[in-house]
Amino acid sequence: MLLEVRDLHVEFHTREGVAKAVNGVDYSVDAGETLAVLGESGSGKSVTAQAVMGILDVPPGRISQGEILFQGQDLLKLKEDERRKIRGAKMAMVFQDALSSLNPVLSVGDQLGEMFQVHKGMSRKDSKAKAVELMDRVRIPAAKERVGQYPHQFSGGMRQRIMIAMALALEPELIIADEPTTALDVTVQAQVMDLLAELQRELNMGLILITHDLGVVADVADKIAVMYAGRIVEHAPVHEIYKAPAHPYTRGLLDSIPRLDQKGQELYAIKGLPPNLLAIPPGCAFNPRCPMAQDVCRTDVPPLYDVTESPVKRSSACHFWKECLHG
Amino acid sequence: MADLSKNDEAVAAAVEAPVGRGEPILQVRNLKKHFPLTQGIVFKKQVGAVKAVDGVSFDLYQGETLGIVGESGCGKSTVAKLLMNLESATAGEVFYKGQDITKLSGRALKAVRRNIQMVFQDPYTSLNPRMTVGDIIGEPFDIHPEVAPKGDRRRKVQELLDVVGLNPEYINRYPHQFSGGQRQRIGIARGLALNPEIIICDEPVSALDVSVQAQVINLMGKLQDEFNLSYLFIAHDLSIGRHISDRVGVMYLGKMAEIGTDEQIYEHPTHPYTQALLSAVPVPDPEARAHRERIILTGDVPSPANPPSGCSFRTRCWKAQEKCSQETPLLAIPQRFDGLDTPAAHLSACHFAEEKQVVPVH
Repeated sequence: MLLEVRDLHVEFHTREGVAKAVNGVDYSVDAGETLAVLGESGSGKSVTAQAVMGILDVPPGRISQGEILFQGQDLLKLKEDERRKIRGAKMAMVFQDALSSLNPVLSVGDQLGEMFQVHKGMSRKDSKAKAVELMDRVRIPAAKERVGQYPHQFSGGMRQRIMIAMALALEPELIIADEPTTALDVTVQAQVMDLLAELQRELNMGLILITHDLGVVADVADKIAVMYAGRIVEHAPVHEIYKAPAHPYTRGLLDSIPRLDQKGQELYAIKGLPPNLLAIPPGCAFNPRCPMAQDVCRTDVPPLYDVTESPVKRSSACHFWKECLHG
Repeated sequence: MADLSKNDEAVAAAVEAPVGRGEPILQVRNLKKHFPLTQGIVFKKQVGAVKAVDGVSFDLYQGETLGIVGESGCGKSTVAKLLMNLESATAGEVFYKGQDITKLSGRALKAVRRNIQMVFQDPYTSLNPRMTVGDIIGEPFDIHPEVAPKGDRRRKVQELLDVVGLNPEYINRYPHQFSGGQRQRIGIARGLALNPEIIICDEPVSALDVSVQAQVINLMGKLQDEFNLSYLFIAHDLSIGRHISDRVGVMYLGKMAEIGTDEQIYEHPTHPYTQALLSAVPVPDPEARAHRERIILTGDVPSPANPPSGCSFRTRCWKAQEKCSQETPLLAIPQRFDGLDTPAAHLSACHFAEEKQVVPVH
């Protein structure tokens, strides 16, 4: 297994109290595999990724429990300078907003080349040649002429390509893409997702795709982990989850999005609001919004039940997964 | 000039399309907005223009929703501003009940604006953080006191809060005490305050979480039935555009590429841009994905300051030929479909319009 996250807990100490952002997350990614982490804002999907990358703001954040095994090695036990060698070289991240993630006063060539200067000790000249090569690879036209340009001179889609180029620079084994296409228009979004999927296949990388868009996920992921209030509530291969969700939250999400290929009457709306992380409801965190909630849901936290019925493994954190899956 | 009058005829044909809707409440004709590009500090001279909206025509009927979809920079938000007369049009007319809004000012404009209200995209920046919810929703009454007499305002505001599904007791709270979805409800309540006939919605749900989006979309549908509102619904999300709209217009680079009923546009698109746009939308169903052809466009949208000659889509179009760079295609029913009783016979601005199904039909 390339990456295994085990029972990860992250909390933030704020003036109002302790916000429990991640409450026991387990997931794993293999080489060449795509895991999609799906959730709304505040579900803990980005915080988990930041903990894996080691770019969590500490304080106020704190990893209170858990293990992050990368190629069998627990990253949380490493010293900062050892982690630094892994970050960028073996695992890299693509951020959502390319304009604010790139440095506006450095040319893109300098920013791409920096990866080689810092990690590989290359000279400025060699690193620049490498930068051109990378820009070619992510299909930026006229890479040689554009290597000296600044981020504002590129369009949104091109900037996101540069972010991808930067993540790929040292040919890492794992890429974490945090909402890589959210800020882009649909036609450009399709270009960027295709590029990412193709490069992943070519380099046989593991990919963690963090998103809130159920559509994007259906196109590229192998398996999906749905997060709610800092926990994984459902984990399944992509085909299974769309065919028959085993958690009422997943079902609600699927029913609440308007579809391009059908004109429905009224959309199903999940009632209520996402939970306040300072005061997560007791029992199942989803119970105040759940149409199936019973007394047991208000008192007992549901474990991640094994709900495998076909050859592929899947799990759901709902006391009534059977009713949900078949009802 | 001959071309122009031909275009007007085509637009007139479109007016008759939705049967049994009566007179259009809003008629937009050849609307243009060019933002000047200037050079020099003391002696400014115009060196060009960004053609944000470049000749857009459509009708809006009582009680219907017209969706305007397109990518960022296609001019859809500028159209919204022009309809409110927040920007003054460079050319063209907007008729509200036979009156040209673009020529109005002062008291006459104020009277028209009472009937055309707007709901904005970002509920975090479109509400004043220093005003209570009661003041925000009640502010339109300060401008139009005839709608609600002073003593009656509090009751009116509480009624509006109730209508949009918020607790009327929240009247003294501030915007930061509400979630994104609740704030958008406040924005909608403000839009409803003056009992308008038309509400222009500029991406009202794009800043909201998926599970909250559905709540707001449903609310807007319910309010439309209740108050017989006409919506001009601007969206970049084509799925939402389809869900809420009776008719849809697709914009590209300041021009209308294709317009028709939701079925005509989504199931029988004839303009290559619409087809590419639809095929790029990720469908949340891995089974359907296997059966669908994807058209991946190359390159980016050209700058509206320097649009391509002829058809503005030709630089990214796989069908483009010599003719496309010389002749600007008019928004009309394509000749090959003219007079035929097929859903493909709707307005489309392409020389080589051809029906192509890209969205799987159930």
